[in-house]
Amino acid sequence: MNAGIDVKQIQRFGAFYIAGARIRSISKWKAIIAAVDIGNPLFYLISVGIGIGVLVQNHSGTSGTGGIKYIAFIAPALLANTAITGVMDECIFPTIEGFKWRKLFFAQNATPITGYQIATGVYIAAIARAIFSVSVYYVLLLIFNVIDFGTSILLIPVAVFGGAAFGSVMLFFAAKIEKEDYFFNIIQRLVIMPMFLFSGTFFPLNSMPIFLQPIGWVSPLWHATELGRAVAFGYKGPSFLLIVHFLYLAIMIAVAFGLSLRQFERRLSK
Amino acid sequence: MSKPLISVRGLTKVFGDFTAVNGIDFDVAKGESFGLLGPNGAGKSTTMRILAATSTRTSGTVEILDKDPEKFGPLVRAHLGVVPQQDNLDGELTVSENLFIYGRYFGLSKKFIKGKIEELLEFAQLEEKRDVKVEALSGGMKRRLTIARGLVSEPDILLLDEPTTGLDPQARHILWDRLFRLKEQGVTLVLTTHFMDEAEQLCDRLVVMDKGSIMAEGSPSGLIKEYSSKEVLEVRFGSDRNKEIAPQLAQMCERMETLPDRVLMYTEDGEKLLEQIAAAKLHPTTSLVRRSSLEDVFLRLTGRTLIE
Repeated sequence: MNAGIDVKQIQRFGAFYIAGARIRSISKWKAIIAAVDIGNPLFYLISVGIGIGVLVQNHSGTSGTGGIKYIAFIAPALLANTAITGVMDECIFPTIEGFKWRKLFFAQNATPITGYQIATGVYIAAIARAIFSVSVYYVLLLIFNVIDFGTSILLIPVAVFGGAAFGSVMLFFAAKIEKEDYFFNIIQRLVIMPMFLFSGTFFPLNSMPIFLQPIGWVSPLWHATELGRAVAFGYKGPSFLLIVHFLYLAIMIAVAFGLSLRQFERRLSK
Repeated sequence: MSKPLISVRGLTKVFGDFTAVNGIDFDVAKGESFGLLGPNGAGKSTTMRILAATSTRTSGTVEILDKDPEKFGPLVRAHLGVVPQQDNLDGELTVSENLFIYGRYFGLSKKFIKGKIEELLEFAQLEEKRDVKVEALSGGMKRRLTIARGLVSEPDILLLDEPTTGLDPQARHILWDRLFRLKEQGVTLVLTTHFMDEAEQLCDRLVVMDKGSIMAEGSPSGLIKEYSSKEVLEVRFGSDRNKEIAPQLAQMCERMETLPDRVLMYTEDGEKLLEQIAAAKLHPTTSLVRRSSLEDVFLRLTGRTLIE
């Protein structure tokens, strides 16, 4: 071996090599990603934010949304949802592709790169996409004067945090399932859609009947949205709730990402 | 003799209640071209994945460059080039991007990889395809690229799992030529195949595997000498008559195999045997005298043909 391979260096940076390769692939889809991650929530913002915003404004002013204009009220949720769908896409597709469709992970694992590093690299790249999309979207919110610049800049990390939480769960399932046939449909229709509608996205969660509220409680979108509203518009509720939101997302990442690491390593060495 | 690069003792791999590899032993020396010959399901690929330090074993010991691949996976893999049975290239990336990214997984510098890519493109005869997406390549080109990719880190050992399966004859010959060059350069090759001609062309030494066990070990010519006669006479009498005539034929030669479509007669002198058959007024519809091959060795050892 005369190529000068430094295994210690690979052990330190291997996950970033994988993330780099992933980002290279992701960036080939720039246009589509921009349309999906930014265009889609922008449609919601314009149609619901402006359209329903007028209704809300005319009937109750800002009393139902804590003194914030309606379009601004939904902005943190849409931002978090952008992060969630972005991280989800980049966790699910590359993982199933890597294990099953084109078996790229097995090629990567034939080098000194480990299963842990592959899982971590895929996750980092997914989060990088969310950071990119959410940042662009945030700038658009400023340009359209939906929110004011200030502590609202923290909406970016908060949204990405929520995306990372949901994405870690998807990373695990994508690495776990052997038959992906119905997986995407189920996730899209029975998880993403209800989560989007019942997580206090378009109205405060507590305006829903109590038996529907648990959907929001378990949803990372609700926790990220609440955190986002707190950092962007100030927070009037009990401060322990903010800690709960934060911890919920942090624990979700710790558990699901930990399980993902183990699952990647297991499936690769079968 | 210097210490072998690969040393395997009592290697066993069990999946559930199926024993894929059943207590095999072998060594591979530096610069040697070593083959695992056997039909599908013989346990070759499982053995390869264990050698590649990507799969665990149930029992036995494996040492690659003095290290246990199960304990030192990344360290062992740093010295290996792996060409899997199924090309797992990134189809969305170009030929040179695939090589570049793979080199990065070995932590190689960009400068080193760039130089290496030129060398490998020439080796794989893919210079004109450097900026073409991998999806658009033919099967043979993909295969050559996969081999080139395995060489990007200048490995001590190149592991090839069924390198020419699924390729047309011309593509196979190009690939054999490339692999032969590597052999001449002193690269240690370990390959699996179920093609006896491939094993004869490329392997200095091989083991014949069947149902997870090693049936025989030796050089291609040594194995043929040990387990088969010098020549083989193949005769056909038509599907129904082969069996009928078989008992008569059996008396004329040392050993015989009756296959569904033909009868193989093992002898030192095929022409002479054919004359004897004619003298006995048995008239085969076709006849062929050829040298014994590894196929005959396998048939002798297992009673079955390699490709079923």
